[in-house]
Amino acid sequence: MLSGVQRSYSAGVKRVDDRYAFPGARDASFVNSLKLTMPEDYAPIPIYRVMDRDGYVLNEQEDPQLSQEVVEKMFRDMLLLSTMDKILYESQRQGRISFYMTNFGEEASHIGSAAALEMRDVIYGQYREAGVLVWRGFRIDQFVDQCYGNDDDLGRGKQMPVHYGSKELNFVTISSPLSTQIPQAVGAAYALKRKPNNDACVVCYFGEGAASEGDAHAAFNFAATLECPVIFFCRNNGFAISTPSNEQYRGDGIAGRGPMGYGIATVRVDGTDVFAVYNAMKRAREYVLRENKPVVLEALAYRVSHHSTSDDSTAYRSAEEIEMWNTLEHPISKLKSYMVHKGWFNEKEETEFVSGVRKQVLKQIAISEKKLKPNWREMFEGVYADMPKHLLEQQRELEQHVEAHKQHYPLKSFKQ
Amino acid sequence: MNMFQAINNAMDLALEQDSSALLFGEDVGFGGVFRCSMNLRDKYGKDRVFNTPLCEQGIAGFAIGVANTGTTAIAEIQFADYIFPSFDQIVNEAAKYRYRSGGLFDCGSLTFRVPCGAVGHGALYHSQSPEAYFAHTPGLRVVIPRGPIKAKGLLLACIKDPNPCIMFEPKTLYRAAVEEVPVESYADDLGKCDILREGRDITLIGWGTQIHVLLEVADLAKKELDIDCEVIDLVSVLPWDTQTICDSANKTGRVLIAHEAPFTQGFGSELAAYIQEKCFLRLEAPIKRVTGWDTPFPHVFEPFYLPDKHRCLAALKEIINF
Repeated sequence: MLSGVQRSYSAGVKRVDDRYAFPGARDASFVNSLKLTMPEDYAPIPIYRVMDRDGYVLNEQEDPQLSQEVVEKMFRDMLLLSTMDKILYESQRQGRISFYMTNFGEEASHIGSAAALEMRDVIYGQYREAGVLVWRGFRIDQFVDQCYGNDDDLGRGKQMPVHYGSKELNFVTISSPLSTQIPQAVGAAYALKRKPNNDACVVCYFGEGAASEGDAHAAFNFAATLECPVIFFCRNNGFAISTPSNEQYRGDGIAGRGPMGYGIATVRVDGTDVFAVYNAMKRAREYVLRENKPVVLEALAYRVSHHSTSDDSTAYRSAEEIEMWNTLEHPISKLKSYMVHKGWFNEKEETEFVSGVRKQVLKQIAISEKKLKPNWREMFEGVYADMPKHLLEQQRELEQHVEAHKQHYPLKSFKQ
Repeated sequence: MNMFQAINNAMDLALEQDSSALLFGEDVGFGGVFRCSMNLRDKYGKDRVFNTPLCEQGIAGFAIGVANTGTTAIAEIQFADYIFPSFDQIVNEAAKYRYRSGGLFDCGSLTFRVPCGAVGHGALYHSQSPEAYFAHTPGLRVVIPRGPIKAKGLLLACIKDPNPCIMFEPKTLYRAAVEEVPVESYADDLGKCDILREGRDITLIGWGTQIHVLLEVADLAKKELDIDCEVIDLVSVLPWDTQTICDSANKTGRVLIAHEAPFTQGFGSELAAYIQEKCFLRLEAPIKRVTGWDTPFPHVFEPFYLPDKHRCLAALKEIINF
């Protein structure tokens, strides 16, 4: 399933005598007729899937045979994510939180990949991976408190909404600059590899747009040359804000860069098929830990969401196209069909679950909204491990100013 | 026109008047995330107005190459917070091209447009004002408009100027005030500041969004303290108008500088150092800087972070009562 890095050679081509091999391409053979190697000379890396659109398993041997309990958790987590997204999106529209990003259409990529990992595996995300946190047990109150930046926000109100992080869940705090996390993930993987009896890998999520940044190249190349147990999970959802993937690259997606480009084992999956993502991730994890080498895993999906609450994607794509991906090809409906065939689906339970989540999120919004923000003095904390003198002075200066001008500052919203 | 429309209009004129001119950046094709390039792809074609892959270092390097051939390049970096991957290309390449080649090569027909500054909820990575990093780089021009008329004149001047220019555009101003922007092409003098209000008691210096805070502070000072403020928009951060600033400092003897960027090594430091060196004997009080604090730009604490009118007014009182 993983496209190996071994190349096959066509007939009539002589192997290089090792003594005369060029150091830059030791395995390359010589030919004596000139030819440009064209992109078309390579077939696109195939898309692995387990289910068809109607939730039928195409090859029984590929059914991961997950228990009813696990499949139900997958389904419920996908529903929870989607339901929470709808409400928090609306709450931004109503001006209750300042910003939000939904995950519609990518629920299977999140849940399928997270389910195949161990909690000790370290996650570096981009910003659209809330489902991974859902699977790991990040609670609704934790999501909503972060979006409000209140005193219970683990990130202490420092960042915009959706910039989640959890030490407990091994999920490194999100940073808005794109792709910066990819080489960091490689470094973390290298350090883990050197720990005695290491049995944890690093998973780095990023989009196909982010893969255009220089950091992505650095990360792939470092991971290959320094042999790091990292899984590069590319969520190729077709859009970087408004820019479609055909203006982002001309090669065979991000998967195409793996084997030939960087010498990295690679797999491409249908990101709307939760079992395909699960199987691929499981295999990738085994491989990176066994070989201490990276894997590129490209999950193809469609960003049903607008980029964020700052974006209206109908300005650059048709509503019909979005609707198709939101119905026929939707990851949740595929898993639902699978469960129907198994006799595991119960309409009433689904409705009750969704309405329960709705109530819980709405109630949490009411609670989180009322909570105070952290003490404003915390603005100066965490810049350094200990607060240096110049920051202590600035904090004192602001304290005196605020004390003298209380009426001009929203002190009532902040802890004292 | 408001500011994003004035910028759109400036680029429209630049593309119309110079058939070599190219406009590009992330999401520029459909109009840009701030709508500054709206309709320009339809009008001038997608070979002249286009999306680039998502890569700021690529945008900067590509823009330099375009400009090397004498072609006009208008490159958008989507947010100032994301300009740093292109730092090497801008600082080591664009800024030094002419100098290092003995004048054989340059990339003077290059202009970067870079949305910057606070918006109320942008937090660490949608709020920064990184002008001081670039002001530390000989060879660049750095300008910041305060509104629509200025934005158009500065952008057209940058496009014509034979040096690589960066225009930082305070994004909160894109849809703020509407001004009567002349429809024809015009270009401002680069390197000049604007005296927005004449006064005899104290000089207030700022740029971008902060200039609107300072104008309000000047009103408050007049009303509450009967203090006459001279308000100066620096406009050009590099090179900057030393003459006008020092003339004003010599006249009033008191100077307050305010900017959103952090205190330490903010551009206010350079202004303060220069003014005290040139105007020492005329100063009646130490120069004060009111700025963002020396922390990353925080999300929920933004009301406490910004150099708002209350902090500026308090500093003004200290200077006056020194």
